[in-house]
This record gives sequence, structure tokens and C-alpha cells, in this order.
Amino acid sequence: MYAFDYHKPSSVADAVSALKGADDGKFVAGGQTLIPTLKQRLAQPSDLIDLGGIAELNGIAVSGDTVTVGAMTRHAAVAGSADVAGAIPALAALAGGIGDPQVRNRGTIGGSIANNDPAADYPAACLGLGATIKTSAREVSADDFFTGLFETDLAEDEIIVSVSFPKAEKAAYVKFDNPASRYALVGVFVAKTAGGVRVAVTGAGQDGVFRVPEMEQALAANWSPDAVAGIAVDPGTLNSDIHASAEYRSHLITVMAKRAVAAAG
Amino acid sequence: MPTVTMTVNGKKVSGEVEARTLLVQFLRENLHLTGTHVGCDTSQCGACVVHVNGDSAKSCTMLAVQADGADVVTIEGLANGDELHPMQAAFKEHHGLQCGFCTPGMVMSAVDLVKKNPKATEHEIREWLEGNICRCTGYHNIVKAIQHAQQTM
Ligand SMILES: Cc1cc2nc3c(=O)[nH]c(=O)nc-3n(C[C@H](O)[C@H](O)[C@H](O)COP(=O)(O)OP(=O)(O)OC[C@H]3O[C@@H](n4cnc5c(N)ncnc54)[C@H](O)[C@@H]3O)c2cc1C
Ligand code: FES
Ligand code: FES
Repeated sequence: MYAFDYHKPSSVADAVSALKGADDGKFVAGGQTLIPTLKQRLAQPSDLIDLGGIAELNGIAVSGDTVTVGAMTRHAAVAGSADVAGAIPALAALAGGIGDPQVRNRGTIGGSIANNDPAADYPAACLGLGATIKTSAREVSADDFFTGLFETDLAEDEIIVSVSFPKAEKAAYVKFDNPASRYALVGVFVAKTAGGVRVAVTGAGQDGVFRVPEMEQALAANWSPDAVAGIAVDPGTLNSDIHASAEYRSHLITVMAKRAVAAAG
Repeated sequence: MPTVTMTVNGKKVSGEVEARTLLVQFLRENLHLTGTHVGCDTSQCGACVVHVNGDSAKSCTMLAVQADGADVVTIEGLANGDELHPMQAAFKEHHGLQCGFCTPGMVMSAVDLVKKNPKATEHEIREWLEGNICRCTGYHNIVKAIQHAQQTM
């Protein structure tokens, strides 16, 4: 790891100014992605600004039809929250399936969506439920937030403060794990919400997480696994790598979508 | 250089570290607590698992400065003098180790599991061990040891 200066501010405003004052600063949350990256010398920030000392970024609140999760909330806290399990059980289950217990004890929702790994789980929940992401500067919808592989709409000095998920009438997430890393080879989040039916796919897209309008329309007309059984995503838009070919991923999307609809009931 | 202060195995310790020092380096190199192992550089093997404020964490994927003020327990902190912790005794009794490299992390992870889910089923135990890799045992005796420790802890 290259050397850097370390800061631990106690407010969002101080964290933003620490980043603005640094040559090439970076925020660190749970460190479960950033620290391995630094260890491999794939990044060389001049300064690390730790968000772990900012109390307002932590915690879960359910009010009315919305579940709001603070950016620094650990995966294990979401997985173990009775409030989340009561309001959006699919979200608690998704968090409980990320990586392993030690990753879940440190990793955060803010870090996961800021990183926007094409195989990460939380982006599928955000897009699948139509979440709103609150940052230090504004509010942005999940539809506008995820812009490509490891790319988001965040500015360099913008901090994710929280993510608000609308409750769903029905929702489920099913992933086909990469057996070594547990990242999604393909993961499909389906939801029937007040805003309509949404289907979001992670693990497969060349540009990261994406929606499948054809499946959404079919499910809006007929919420059943059969409705999506005949719909395949064009392999031309999907990833091929050592883990799976684009054709196999396309096949898995349909299978995971069927399973997710069945699981949502 | 930043100074870090934390409680390790019940004792208050402090030291000067570079900001880039990993918690595992601080434990092994500054405190000479070499029971915590490093088995990979991809945060996947779990040989480095310790408890930080009561939760198991990979000490290779955490900076020492991030543990400033924390309560840390390593494998050295489990036994009561010469008396093994029930989880350590169960690993010994059930041959839950061969070369022993993964064992400190396995034991720390397993203790966290039994504290949080004392009645974990065999399936839940195996799921929990997702972040701990063992090249020797095939996991079977590790699972048996943990099931035994569920009775004795
Ligand atoms: C062994 C292993 C297995 C894993 N398996 C999975 C898996 O199955 N599924 C999955 O989805 N993930 C998996 N992960 C990744 C894990 O979920 C990470 O915790 C997550 O991707 C990053 O969150 P973090 O809090 O650790 O962020 P960090 O590593 O601290 O930060 C990641 C990036 O986000 C930025 N950032 C962090 N917080 C904010 C914020 N609030 N505002 C703006 N920018 C911010 C940082 O600057 C950095 O660029 C795995 C990781 C490991 C090590
Ligand atoms: S040394 Fe392998 S996970 Fe920490
Ligand atoms: S006993 Fe050798 S790696 Fe587990």
C-alpha cells in the first residue's frame, strides 16, 4: 500500500471540505473494497477520509412507506434489522447474502453503491425498488445514479448520506453466486411497488446493473413466473468472462427472474 | 505518524503507526501477537479474523487507525490462563485442525457465531464459515467442533 494521510471528520460538511482540501483524496467507509484495492496498489490516494466517525450517516429508520438506511450502515445491521425484515424482507435477505459474515460486519451500503461493482447486490435493490439516494448535495433516483461499470453520478467530493427504499407490495431477490467470491454471477431483483413493476439485473450487464422493461410489462399484466419464462435478454449486451459466457448469463437471468417472482409470491 | 490507542485482549495498548498500517500488522509486528495469521491478500481466507468491538472482522482489511479506541480480541485473548476456551478445547477434541494455519481465524469466527446464534444448525454453521478457508480438514471436523462448543460455551 502506498502512503497516505488519514482524516476522521465527525460531520459530513467536514468530510467534504477535507476531500476538497486534499490533492487526490478518497473517502473510506467499511474498507472492504477500497483496502484490498490499496493493498494491490491499484489506487494511490494522497488522503483517506474516514466516514466512520460521522454519527449521522449510521442507522435505519422506517417511516410510513419508506425504509431509510444511512450510508455507513453495515450489511450485517441491515440483514439483522427487524424493522427492515418487517418492511422489505427482500432487502434484509439481500444484505444477509453479501460476501461472508466478516465482510458484512464492516461493509456498508454507501460504499457498495458508490463503488457500483457490476456484480454487487445492493445496486439491484436500489434499481429494483426505485430507491432515492440522498447525498451531501442533492437527492437522486436510482435510475439516474448508476451510470456504468464502477461509475455513478456522484461528484468526487459528494458523499452518500442515505438510501430511501419505498416499501413494496411484493419483492424478492435471487442470485446465482460465484462460488468463490459470492458476488452475483447473475442476480435479479423483482418488485411490485406503488410505482409499478420493476425488474433489475446485476452481475451480467456490460454497463452494470440494468432494468428489463419487457419483463416488467409482462409481470404487470400477469405476476407469475410463467410470464417471464419466455423472455431472454440479448447476450450481445451482457458480459463474458472466465466465470460465465454472455449466453449462459442470459439463460441465468430468465431462470433467476422466474425464481424471484415465485419467491415474492 | 498517527498514534493509535486500543484495548487488545483486555489491556490498553498504544503505538505510533503509519496511516497505511493494517490492523493485522499492528497486532503482529508492534504487539508481537503472531497468533493472528495472514493467508491471502484478497480478503478472502479469514486467517486474520479477530473481534473488533464484539464483531468478527478481517484484520487484514482494516487499518490500525480505524481501530483507534476499539476493543480488540485476538486468539491469544481467548484462553483463561492454561485453560483453553471451550471453542479451542472443542477444536482439539474433534481434530478441527491439521496444519493449524487457518485455526486462529476459524476459532474467532466460530466464537462470534455461537455468541450471535447459539442454536445455529449445521447448515448455518457451514454458511457462516464462508469467509474462512481451510486447505486441510475438509471442514467436517471444524463443523463438529463448533457443534460441540455450542453445548459447552
Ligand atoms: C471477500 C469479499 C466478498 C464480497 N462479496 C460481495 C458480494 O457477494 N456482494 C456484494 O455486493 N459485495 C461484496 N463484497 C463487497 C462489499 O460489499 C463491500 O463492503 C462494498 O462493496 C463496499 O463497501 P465498503 O463500505 O466496504 O466501502 P469502501 O471499500 O470503504 O469504499 C468503496 C468505495 O466507495 C466510496 N465510498 C464509500 N462510502 C461512500 C459514501 N458514503 N459516499 C461516497 N462515496 C463513498 C469510497 O471512496 C470507495 O471508492 C465483497 C467484499 C469482499 C472483500
Ligand atoms: S489474510 Fe486472508 S482474509 Fe485476511
Ligand atoms: S488446518 Fe490447515 S488450513 Fe486449516
